Amino acid sequence: MAFFSLLVSVVFATLTRDDPREQVRFGARLFAAFVGAGIIAGWVLYPLPF
Amino acid sequence: MHATAADRIQPSTTYLICAAAWAIPGAGHLWLGRRQKGLTFLIALILMFLSGLWLEGRLFPFEPSQPLVALAAFADVGIGIPFFIAKAMHAGAGRVVAITYEYGNAFMMVAGLLNMLVVLDAFDIAQGRK
Repeated sequence: MAFFSLLVSVVFATLTRDDPREQVRFGARLFAAFVGAGIIAGWVLYPLPF
Repeated sequence: MHATAADRIQPSTTYLICAAAWAIPGAGHLWLGRRQKGLTFLIALILMFLSGLWLEGRLFPFEPSQPLVALAAFADVGIGIPFFIAKAMHAGAGRVVAITYEYGNAFMMVAGLLNMLVVLDAFDIAQGRK
């Protein structure tokens, strides 16, 4: 999941930002958001029996 | 600078750039002189596609009788030539019982869909919009 998030973040950051420093900053934020959302979703779904 | 470069691009060349961008991820940006972006797309999208193959995902066939399979095939083919190379090498058969099967599918489909966005971005650059 982290590797998938990393690759998608890299592509989105490169696609939406022109300045390399902006790309790194946006990519890092996007990656953190992906991983954070994954962890939160994992804990939210944890109590479900199926 | 970008608008000046776009002024020199003929409409027919724009479609050639889009075709190249679809066939080889990042090729459109490399053609338009966006070297850093082109190389990033080339490496990231090919790596994503190969990861999907390695995770035993499936390259779905175009089956109009099964709309969801056909949509998955449409997403897969978005990556361009690597899709056809993998098919020719009989890779991407998919192993449904593999624990990584669905992950592999997600990797390959998302690689194809992201490449479609990259094609649209190359089109916008060629039109002088970016």
